[in-house]
Amino acid sequence: MNAIAADIRPARRPWWGQLGPFNMFTGILLGIGGYFLGALVIGATLSKGINSQIATDQNDMEFVLGILFGVAGFLIGMGFLNYPLARLRGAEPSLREKEEHGIWRYFTLCTDHKVVGIQYLWGVLFFFLVAGINAMLIRTELLYPTEHFWSADRYISLVGLHGTMMMMMTSSMILGPFGNYFVPIMIGSRRMAFPRLEALSFWLLPAAEVVLLASVGAQGFPSGWTGYADLSVQAKLGMDCYLISFALIGMSMALVGFNMLATVYTMRAPGMTWGRLPIFVWAVLATAILQLLAAPLLIAAMALVLMDRIVGTTFFMPFSGGSPYLYENLFWFFGHPEVYILALPGFGVVLELISVFARKPIWGYKLSVAGLMGVSLLSFFVWQHHLFVSGINADLRPFYMLTTELISIPTAFVFLNAMGTLWKGKITYTVPMLFALALFFNFFIGGASGIFNSDVPSDVTTHGSFFVMAHFHYTIMGGLVFAFFGGLFYWFPKMFGVRLNEKLGKLQFWLFFIFFNSTFFPLFAVGMLGQPRRVSAYDPSLQTLNDWVTASAYMIGVSFVVFVVNVIYSCFFERKPALGNPWRSRSIEWQLPTPVPVNNFERVPVITATPYEYGVRDAPAVANMNPTHEQVVAAGG
Amino acid sequence: MSALRPSPEMRRVLLVWLVLSVIATPLVVILLGPQLPPGAASDAAHGQQQDNTVMTAIVTPIIILLIVYFAYVLSAFKHRAEGEPEDGPPMRGDVSVMALWIGVTLTIVIFLAAWGAYELFPGETGAGGGQGPTPLAIATPADASTALPVQVIGQQWAWTFRYPTYGGVETTELVLPVNRQIRFTVTSIDVIHSFWALKLGVKADAVPNTSNVAFAKPVKLEASTVRCAELCGLWHGHMYAPLYVVTPARFLAWMAEQRSRWSPATRYLPPYATKYAPEPTYRAE
Repeated sequence: MNAIAADIRPARRPWWGQLGPFNMFTGILLGIGGYFLGALVIGATLSKGINSQIATDQNDMEFVLGILFGVAGFLIGMGFLNYPLARLRGAEPSLREKEEHGIWRYFTLCTDHKVVGIQYLWGVLFFFLVAGINAMLIRTELLYPTEHFWSADRYISLVGLHGTMMMMMTSSMILGPFGNYFVPIMIGSRRMAFPRLEALSFWLLPAAEVVLLASVGAQGFPSGWTGYADLSVQAKLGMDCYLISFALIGMSMALVGFNMLATVYTMRAPGMTWGRLPIFVWAVLATAILQLLAAPLLIAAMALVLMDRIVGTTFFMPFSGGSPYLYENLFWFFGHPEVYILALPGFGVVLELISVFARKPIWGYKLSVAGLMGVSLLSFFVWQHHLFVSGINADLRPFYMLTTELISIPTAFVFLNAMGTLWKGKITYTVPMLFALALFFNFFIGGASGIFNSDVPSDVTTHGSFFVMAHFHYTIMGGLVFAFFGGLFYWFPKMFGVRLNEKLGKLQFWLFFIFFNSTFFPLFAVGMLGQPRRVSAYDPSLQTLNDWVTASAYMIGVSFVVFVVNVIYSCFFERKPALGNPWRSRSIEWQLPTPVPVNNFERVPVITATPYEYGVRDAPAVANMNPTHEQVVAAGG
Repeated sequence: MSALRPSPEMRRVLLVWLVLSVIATPLVVILLGPQLPPGAASDAAHGQQQDNTVMTAIVTPIIILLIVYFAYVLSAFKHRAEGEPEDGPPMRGDVSVMALWIGVTLTIVIFLAAWGAYELFPGETGAGGGQGPTPLAIATPADASTALPVQVIGQQWAWTFRYPTYGGVETTELVLPVNRQIRFTVTSIDVIHSFWALKLGVKADAVPNTSNVAFAKPVKLEASTVRCAELCGLWHGHMYAPLYVVTPARFLAWMAEQRSRWSPATRYLPPYATKYAPEPTYRAE
């Protein structure tokens, strides 16, 4: 055994031995301590005598410093400072931490990318559940045209909480679980390029979501997920929670993007040429570019609003020399790439699935890559279509109309690929395939409604209405969330060694698909007929439609209950052990044993073909798992 | 499979698509078009309705293509036999199909963008959207000089309408004469709102310290509601005001009544301006 292998051999210790310092619980303890240190000691001292804090009945400086120190305390308690400090003391460099067996590694800073993927999966599902319950509460209020169940401030807080939490969570819904778990495997690597940054990008997610949830106890925030200044500057304490949590997510996204880019560029196995990269990895790459370039803008915007709120700057204060337009530009320059951060990984997943379940190669591999990269590039040139009626740059509206509509061309590449791949295939309707096919139906409706939004005269009606709301739920929920469930049903056997029940899966799919459409399609009409977004009171003539939508939304909730039942039933009662490769996929992750060993590959493989050579006569296996030295050298390793 | 010589199955799909599209598209234009929001109560709204009709007509054959194609593929190529399926034929992308696809989507996109830009010219219909403080001449209606100026002032959480040519009187309901060009100048005194007169086809953000201009010419006598379309805080959902489009004579009568009724208050309003900075607020001792 050589030196590297000895270094990464997993340690086996009894579970109490693993419960030492530096895990989630010490993180929470130090986080709470950090909050009180920041708020009551440092914040109270700094804000003493400052007029802007006295003039209002709230002390933002205390609160913000409390949260910042709390987050720092949490990360220190998790152990993120241990390695840098150890290196300062002269410790040997090491790549890995806490890569051991046992349940506790899921509650610690673990640098095994598979553990991080599973941490992400449960984290994402938990916050999806919370934000989904918020959606049900919002729809409950809309049963009546005036406030019945919640007061206006509770309602507006729910709207903001639902939107922000979903946006923060869905940003890593596919990249988090499947990206972290499968990208290193798919490129034949044993780890991510920066394993500690990978762990940090995950642990920022629960920190951010908890900070966001804390806004409930701080009078909520009234600004929705967009947080437009100067409404956000005048808002109460809960707004600080929104600003800090979104900035933390921005950091997490930038780190993920940076890490994924570095991993795919530098960690590919010998023989993994760009032309053999799985489409899912291409989609992750396209997303990573967006995350790396767009997310810092979000952090900047959030920081500027915080400064307006706390230290008396006036970046966005219109009557003191600032401009709300500045915020709108900063936010949407992040915000529009953000929606493709949500969409692109979904495309990657469904193209993989369609190839596997139609038993055919991806029809146009290069076209798919061009489509993904094209969307990624164009998405930086469209942000002002969110501002068509804002009065800013009205003369540039035709330009943004054109760039927005141009995005439909690379998107159509993805559709053409799916159509070509299905043609004359041998299609089996497994649960993952159903979810993948539904994406194309949903995303087409989302895209077609996008044509109305992108057209300036039509956008005059649809902007800020339920039409827009239905549009982006069709693309995000109908696209990303369907792709997520497709990917989950597909990869669950590999991640957990257990197959999810097909019957319950199909029940969930049909409930979800039917009632998803029954919820959001009527909302196009609701918007066109004059109901603005985010209102708790609407025209009584629209009550029937709204009640229909609410009833359908509850049924979507039922479909998720079926999913939860399925997971519990399959994992704890049925326990149908997954065969090594239940879908007969050619992709490299299915050629590994389940559970995947800590090091993934015993020897670094030599990639010999794309994973899509279905039906190709004498196609080589996707990789040579046990290459000789000569083969590695021949592949350029 | 080449784009020029489609296989028999593909020919069948395309034939069904062609027949259905030829039937459905005119139906959409003739039957659905006149029903589409925002209606035809103003020139701007009518233009948007036409725009919506054109786009619905373009989307119709595309959605029919996808439905026909997927319905055929998903039933014809379903694996029906017992056991695991063999692999399908390893077909790869055909350049002529790709070129055709790119050509068609590019044509549609360029047509849509050109059409949308053309619709922005007010000689056509005007768009009704907020155009910022100084609209270009090309984006201004020909009768803009004789237009009735109406200032829309947003604040949390109410609309006020100011008529500068009638002594600067402020009202809480929006009353407009029919068949006359209206020049809305929209502003706000606190946070961003959005002035949405659905029936007039007008939406313009009310941004503090900015004047946002929008044009519309109401052509139908009717009552409706204007709402706020940008989240502006707690009572955003309750921020609406009535809108009446009336005959010119009734408008003048209403205006005379408003002027006399509000004259004691109008005296204390700040002089008319395109934007207002609120007085500094003082904390009660």
